[in-house]
Order: sequence, then structure tokens, then C-alpha cells
Amino acid sequence: MIPFRNELILALVWVAISGSYSIPNLAFGFVIGWIVLFLVREQLQTTKVVIRPIALLLLIALFIKELVLSAFKVAKLVLSPRMDIKPGIFAYPLKVDRDFEITLLANLITLTPGTLSVDVSDDRRTLFVHGMDCSDPDQARRDISQGFERRILEAFR
Amino acid sequence: MIDGIGDYLAGALIVVGALFALTASFGLLRLPDVYTRMHAASKAGTLGSCLMLIALAVHIGEFATTLRALAGVVFFLLTAPISAHLLAKAAYSAGYRMWRGSVSDDLAETVTAPKKNGLVGTER
Repeated sequence: MIPFRNELILALVWVAISGSYSIPNLAFGFVIGWIVLFLVREQLQTTKVVIRPIALLLLIALFIKELVLSAFKVAKLVLSPRMDIKPGIFAYPLKVDRDFEITLLANLITLTPGTLSVDVSDDRRTLFVHGMDCSDPDQARRDISQGFERRILEAFR
Repeated sequence: MIDGIGDYLAGALIVVGALFALTASFGLLRLPDVYTRMHAASKAGTLGSCLMLIALAVHIGEFATTLRALAGVVFFLLTAPISAHLLAKAAYSAGYRMWRGSVSDDLAETVTAPKKNGLVGTER
């Protein structure tokens, strides 16, 4: 474990975004990174995360495909003269249980066709999802669990 | 010749991105309640903005600019769904109803019924 690893990553991101590649700017980024990490020190989890690169790439590819499909679907829906929608909220039982996995899944769900995460139950077992087409909640649940959730489990377990 | 292709690509990306932003705003106008509108804003809006940032990267073609544009894309993908999620959650806690054509509401069974304080979702 490299000391100040997270601070260093944030400093490199800072240098990349500010676009000025100099030692003083790197040091400035490091100081800002340290302050940010100091502010969130209590929320940081120290659980070990295994990352499987190939599975992660597959997850990213799936996500980009779904995002593009999703935007097309919304475009088609709002441009059709009679909008045929059956919206509703359905409960989704979560298999992932770590905070960052739930966050990731909720984000991915929001950016994919016809679904938007609204809330997580207090015991972190259930995700409430608003569906644009809620006529068949079971099918929607199957799609999530065999798509994103499976890929997330493959990438981080 | 290579420059020409880059310009065409950047132009095409900007037009497509703008079209997605346009459909997002159509969605905001036409969809019946706050939750369905969030769908349009979060998806088509995000893709539109990302495409335009990528177009910028293609047009400028410098490494530093590309890196910054990509950082912008990543930040968009990270933050847009979180804000959509928070808005939807806040709207639900504040008692905004779903559109009357909605077919199911599993959340109502677990959340204590929102207080009837006169806040009602837009009815059409």
C-alpha cells in the first residue's frame, strides 16, 4: 500500500483537468486532495475491493450501449404523437450489499432505458425503481438482475 | 484530408448531441409528472451533453483538451443520475403524486403515507 495513494490519484486528476503540468500545480492538487479526503474521512469505507479488469470493461461496454439505446428510446417516445406510457414504481430486491455497489447499480439503472432509481430502503435490501413502462415489473426485475447486477458482481467480487 | 474528416465528425457529433438535448426538452414539456420528466432529463440530456463534449475533443485534437473533455464526460455520468435520483426522492417525500395513469407504486407500501399538505402532482 503506497502512502497517500488516494491523495496522489486526486493530485494527478487535478493536474490533468487543470491542464498545467508543473510541480507546483501537482503540489497544489495534492493539498486540495488531502483537504477533500480529510473532509470525507468518516464516510470512507476501508473494505477491500477486488477489481477484475475484463469484467469491468464488459460492464462499461454494456453501460454505453444501454445509455445510447436509452436516449433513443426517450427520443422516440417524446416525439411520438400519442405517448403510450404506463409509469409506476416497482421494488427491486438487491443482491449486491456493499454501499458502492448499490450506488453504482442505482446510477446505472437511472441511465438506462425506462428506469430511474428513486429510493433505497433503510435496510439496503430493496431498491425502488420508477419505470416508464411498468406493465410487467417481473420482466424489468429480470432485466436488471441478469444485466447490470450480474456484471457488477462479476467485476467486483 | 484528415482535418476534413475530423471537422465532419465533430460537426455530426454536435448536431446529434443538440438533437438529444432537444428531445430532452420536448420530454420535459410533454411528459405528465415529475418522475417521467426526470427520465427525459437524465438520459437524453446526459447523452446530448456528453456527445457535444466529445465533439469538442475531436475538434481541438490536443491531448490536454481531450483529457479535460473526457473528465467532463465522466463527471456528467457520475453526477446526472445522482441529481435525478435525489430530485425524484425529494419529490416523493414532499408528497408529489405520480401521474394518475401510473400502474403500480410499491414504495407507498413501505413509506408512511406522505402528508396531504396541498402538494399535488401536475394533473393533465
